[in-house]
Amino acid sequence: MTDALVVTDLRVEFSGFVAVGGVSFDAYPGEVRFLIGPNGAGKTTCIDAVTGLAGGTGSARLGGKELLGRPVHRIVRLGVGRTFQTASVFDELTVLQNLDIAAGRHRPAISLLRARRGVDPSIERALEETGLAGELATPAGILSHGQKQWLEIAMLLVQDAKVLLLDEPVAGMSQDERTATGELLQRIAAKRIVLVVEHDMDFMRRYATRVTVLHQGRVLSQGTVAEVQADPQVQEVYLGTADAIPED
Amino acid sequence: MTKPKPWISLGGIGVFAVLLLAVAPLVLTDHWLNNVGKYCCWAIAAVGIGLAWGRGGMLVMGQGVFFALGAYSMAMHLTLESAGDRIPGFMVLYDPLAPLPMFWEPFRSAGFTLLAIVLLPVVLAGILGYALFKRRVKGAYFAILTQALAVALATLISSTIRETGGDTGLSDFKYFFGFVLNDPANKLMVYLVAAGLLVLCLLAVWQLYRSRFGELLVATRDAEERVRFLGYDPANVKLVAFVVSALMASIGGAMFVPIVGIITPAEIGAAASILMIAGVAFGGRASLFGPALGAMAVGWGQSSLGSTWPEGWTYILGLMFVVVILFLPNGLSSLPARIAAARRKPVEQPAPAPVVAELEEVRS
Repeated sequence: MTDALVVTDLRVEFSGFVAVGGVSFDAYPGEVRFLIGPNGAGKTTCIDAVTGLAGGTGSARLGGKELLGRPVHRIVRLGVGRTFQTASVFDELTVLQNLDIAAGRHRPAISLLRARRGVDPSIERALEETGLAGELATPAGILSHGQKQWLEIAMLLVQDAKVLLLDEPVAGMSQDERTATGELLQRIAAKRIVLVVEHDMDFMRRYATRVTVLHQGRVLSQGTVAEVQADPQVQEVYLGTADAIPED
Repeated sequence: MTKPKPWISLGGIGVFAVLLLAVAPLVLTDHWLNNVGKYCCWAIAAVGIGLAWGRGGMLVMGQGVFFALGAYSMAMHLTLESAGDRIPGFMVLYDPLAPLPMFWEPFRSAGFTLLAIVLLPVVLAGILGYALFKRRVKGAYFAILTQALAVALATLISSTIRETGGDTGLSDFKYFFGFVLNDPANKLMVYLVAAGLLVLCLLAVWQLYRSRFGELLVATRDAEERVRFLGYDPANVKLVAFVVSALMASIGGAMFVPIVGIITPAEIGAAASILMIAGVAFGGRASLFGPALGAMAVGWGQSSLGSTWPEGWTYILGLMFVVVILFLPNGLSSLPARIAAARRKPVEQPAPAPVVAELEEVRS
């Protein structure tokens, strides 16, 4: 069983400006964990700090190992994977090549000098899981927006990440694609820690197990979807009316 | 990059090898064969630039530095070999009594010289690359820094006349590892070595391009940050490509010396380094053959047009460069693909497969 991701009193400052001011949350395998909040709440910055992209103080531990302060690629090697708001895949390479590179960190360096023969079983599983099996030889650059996001998730699966930090994975997706993505996340979350940063309240309500609401760099509310929705503070932040997060 | 036909490229290298190693010696005069040998040396350096710049995205504007390491290592050995037990003539000219400079001494040994040609660029590029890539120096900063190094080295050589020959350079080599350089048979041998090395370098990058490393290098070029988030250190990936390209430049420089018979700071300075880049851009930096053929074409232009119409050649080179960059940013080697694409245009791109449907299947 994977250990938990525990973030305690995380603070990130950019030359005096406090982007994240003492945020604590945790995430466990088996739940689809959401981090929501209005623009500028510090959601992405939290992920940036956990993954080493932004310097932060406080603590972010994965199974007892401190993540803060390590270089990006070392944090990745501890099992933390992430996606970006704008899907960033290697456009000129095929889906298979993209995934093969993601799988590569488990290989000895010298094997890099050989050409690839066949497809790794882990890549085949990830392709099945994300529904990209038919796009093996497609250059990633001509995939649809949704497919690129799935490719990124597939890369995290191939990478065998214990923690998947997904930054707005359904932005710009059609309704069908959102549904497919949400169900994909639920399947993945059975064995891994899945933390989703989202704007989309509807998506959050359908798939979140637990939610943390950020506002201006602080935790505003934390709990299940129902608990968070009932919180008057949250309602106030979202335009001050209950309409922004309508009841089911 | 997505074409899964590495064997066709290998066949291309085979044809190229036959042309260079068998056909050229039969049909070309000694003079022109010597010229082609010179182009081969530039082409060897160009193949390395194609790797570092075309595939790795590092604009190496100072390959003259590594070209110089190989060239001067070789030139010092050949000078000492020609001088025999005496101190080389040009040194006597400036100070008849002073001894041979310390750093010349080991180059008496042929083994040391060959080792230096291989190890000096590897060590220098290794240290330089490590310092720059770990600090994430890239883009224009990297280009300017490498260029400045080439200028600095050329200036250093110019100003140390007694130690390096200064602007007059090193020349008048009589022997090449025991072979008399004036003998046409030996000249042919030197040419064949250079051409053979070029073919070997092409084979090396062919394997690198089709290997996983080649894919990772392209990935690093296009999205360095993403590569980092896959658990790699992009600095190491770039370092390998940079070191290999430096090694190739050094080999090119080393063979340049016995073929051309002289090495001066002008061959390794800023202008020379940029000319190496120009050939690569002209031919197509990311392709397998583009850099080598582009460098050879520029070399040929220089020795044919450059000698018959020197004032016009610079303008022609500049014009060609502008036209290629404007209309064929990926160089002449992208021309066939562009033509093919233009022909195919009326046909609609096949729509991507309905992935959502596949997802439904997986779920059920």
